[in-house]
Amino acid sequence: MLFAGRALLVIALGFALYGVFASLYGAQLRKQAASAMRGRAWIASGRRAMYATFATAVVCFAVLEAAFLRSDFSFELVATHSSTTTPVFYRAAGAWSSQEGSLLLWVMLLSGWSSLILYLTRNRLREVAPYATAVLLGLAAFFCGLLVFLESPFTQLSPAPAEGIGLTPILRHPAMMIHPPMLYSGYTLFTIPFAFAIGALVTRRLGPDWIRTTRPFALAAWLCLGVGVILGARWSYSELGWGGYWAWDGVENAALMPWLTGTAFLHSAMIQERRGMLKVWNVSLILATGILAVLGTFLVRSGILQSIHAFGASTLGVPFLILIVSMLAGSIYLVATRADDLKSENRLDSLISREAAFLLNNLVLVALCFVIFWGTFFPLISEAVTGQTQSVGPPWFGRYVAPLALILVLLSGLGPVMTWRRASWANLRRALAIPAAVGAGTVIVLLAAGVEWKPGALAMFGLGAFVLTVVGEELWRGVRARRAMADESVPTALVMLVARNRRRYGGYIVHAGIAVLFVGIAASSTFRDVRDVRLTPGQSAEVGGALITYTRPTGEIVVARNGGLEKIQLGAEVEVRRGDDVRILRPGRSYFPAGDPSAGAVSRYFAGEATSEIGLDTGVRRDFWTSVAPETDRLDGIAKRGDAVFKQAESLPQGERAALLGETLKRMVGAYRDSAPPATFRTLVSPLVTWIWVGALIVFTGGLLCLWPVPEAARRRVRAGYAARVARELGRA
Amino acid sequence: MAPRRKRRRRLIGLLAAVVLLAGALIYTTFSASSEAVTPTALLASAQPGQSYQLTGKVEPGYERRGSALHFRVRERDAKAGSPAVPVTYEGTVPDPFRADREVIVTVRKQDDGFVGERDSLITKCPSKFKNENPNQKAS
Repeated sequence: MLFAGRALLVIALGFALYGVFASLYGAQLRKQAASAMRGRAWIASGRRAMYATFATAVVCFAVLEAAFLRSDFSFELVATHSSTTTPVFYRAAGAWSSQEGSLLLWVMLLSGWSSLILYLTRNRLREVAPYATAVLLGLAAFFCGLLVFLESPFTQLSPAPAEGIGLTPILRHPAMMIHPPMLYSGYTLFTIPFAFAIGALVTRRLGPDWIRTTRPFALAAWLCLGVGVILGARWSYSELGWGGYWAWDGVENAALMPWLTGTAFLHSAMIQERRGMLKVWNVSLILATGILAVLGTFLVRSGILQSIHAFGASTLGVPFLILIVSMLAGSIYLVATRADDLKSENRLDSLISREAAFLLNNLVLVALCFVIFWGTFFPLISEAVTGQTQSVGPPWFGRYVAPLALILVLLSGLGPVMTWRRASWANLRRALAIPAAVGAGTVIVLLAAGVEWKPGALAMFGLGAFVLTVVGEELWRGVRARRAMADESVPTALVMLVARNRRRYGGYIVHAGIAVLFVGIAASSTFRDVRDVRLTPGQSAEVGGALITYTRPTGEIVVARNGGLEKIQLGAEVEVRRGDDVRILRPGRSYFPAGDPSAGAVSRYFAGEATSEIGLDTGVRRDFWTSVAPETDRLDGIAKRGDAVFKQAESLPQGERAALLGETLKRMVGAYRDSAPPATFRTLVSPLVTWIWVGALIVFTGGLLCLWPVPEAARRRVRAGYAARVARELGRA
Repeated sequence: MAPRRKRRRRLIGLLAAVVLLAGALIYTTFSASSEAVTPTALLASAQPGQSYQLTGKVEPGYERRGSALHFRVRERDAKAGSPAVPVTYEGTVPDPFRADREVIVTVRKQDDGFVGERDSLITKCPSKFKNENPNQKAS
């Protein structure tokens, strides 16, 4: 199977390279009337090369997945990232926990999404598509090349060991099953509008067609990347044992940057579609987004930045750097030489218009991206300028990101009420009076209720209420208009309103979700209460308005399905009392066995990786989060004595030795439970943190609504804009 | 004023604002950043009161006393017995923290040792989330 995998990778590389040639050659031939037919055949062949690359990548990935599921340790990748005691669910995810596997996933997703768009555009964008095909296949060839020449997932391990090392414990979280495929789908989907933008620039076909065609893919990319980022934040919150969800880590930032420029593009593309403006800006934005998507992969894989995700030395830095520099140089050259074709067809009529709001939102999003880029790359920049590597921490990011986020949320409320071209002050005042009053009222009520004076957070709460009221009002206006035209009940009118104009109302729902999400971020980051307390069983401490009591220690040996020891879990049962409300939490710490037998026959079961299993009480108002660091000094002493005993008993038969070892571990865990050792608890009270996940879910729902295909008849109605205008006018009357 | 001149003025105003903001960003970055140093460089030139981002490997034999973690950080490729920076640290200890792992921690010089900034300790993931080759390990 290893040979088959390697051979398939070479075949995929061959298909991709052939496809690049066929597409470009076909595009050249088609320029002359005499060879146009042949040109079209070559172009179709190039497109089919993409389908073939995809099919080959799927088979390659299936071979790798099968090896993981079968625990075939002759695959080096399987032996180093899985084991027979790794649960099946995580064995399946093990494929993309490795560098080689995730690069293969990149190729599979890239060629899959590319095949979809090339199939959909097989009879459209005839001039642009061949160049876009060449770009996409060029990227696929690059990644296939990495897999064939530098990082093969099909390296043999001889002799095959009886047991693998296992999946790194911190990756054993359900979110890890979806987080990497989502992020990579986001990255690869963003390369599609990138490729079509390159095609449009090469052929000078810079009208709205390429934007319209690739828009669903840009939206899907935005959605997938957003889901990936949020799942990563959720994993960090519930798995990493520090209770935070965002650390401004280089790799987190790498995923956020293309998401921000992608968000800007989704807005400004509407201006080009409607008014033929901002062509240079749009094309530059999507090119930047495509490059940032590859940069994101580069940051994860190269290890050039100090980061929790920086995986040490890697061989991939130089090839990635060459790719990024080529993409950047090519993009700049194309935009500079096509400047005349990118002139705006219209000018901005008024600063009080939807175009102006979108433009301002674009500037804020790009400024955010620049700030994050600067902070992320500052270690490299400072080293180049001063010779010393310097870096900035979360407070620096917070200082710039917080005010920009406030402006962004304000704009997400202003955008929906502004009309295209020119809004009148009178209409604007009328539309904004109630939301502004609700926003101001929210701040006053919160202050009166005794919320601490934190201007940034309070402003975000006010703006959140403002945006939610704007969206509520817009929906209510639409419902009223529908009810005026047809005799519908309110729920029916609401569903029909959203269903008939998904793009518009889906967008509004996204805005509402963003407001909820930012309220959650502002509250949980400003008002969170973190404490470290050391307790012995029976002891209590007051934490964040709750009384916590360390009831009793817990201990458990977790056995895998094959009977092997998966992990030893030591922890605590904690009672959290808030008035009459009593909750029981069970935080713990899992100790995975070390692969190295020299750590000692008994000690090795405590010497491997260790992960925190948090105790979490989720609530609408606040989360109570706790992790525990058990004190294992006494167990360490017992383990060392056990090591010495087992060293002398090496002559014992294997089965007898294993049984004795099992009994020893059981007794040690029992001793921990009975001896009542002290433990250090980290407790965290985070107000409204749940609303981050709820907000993300609302954004996701709104995004899906926008993305859902609209029936052709409804699309025509929307394109005419008639229904929307009638609804607005009736609503305002 | 002619629309063209008006537009040019607006553009110059906008560009000036962008340059000013970018200048402020650059200035504050240099003043707010902490210097990344290796253990040898830190031991040679640490100034009291200034914060440094220390990068290196954790020496075996770290221990927890009460709520504080005491560990020593040595050069990435140092042999046993080479100079190491003693760090006293309180706050979150990342799950992957252990001997011979690469760490990044913000420290300040205090008396004879260094005090880690609360919650600033980062442990780099073992190479590419990859564990050691099982055959090599077993031998």
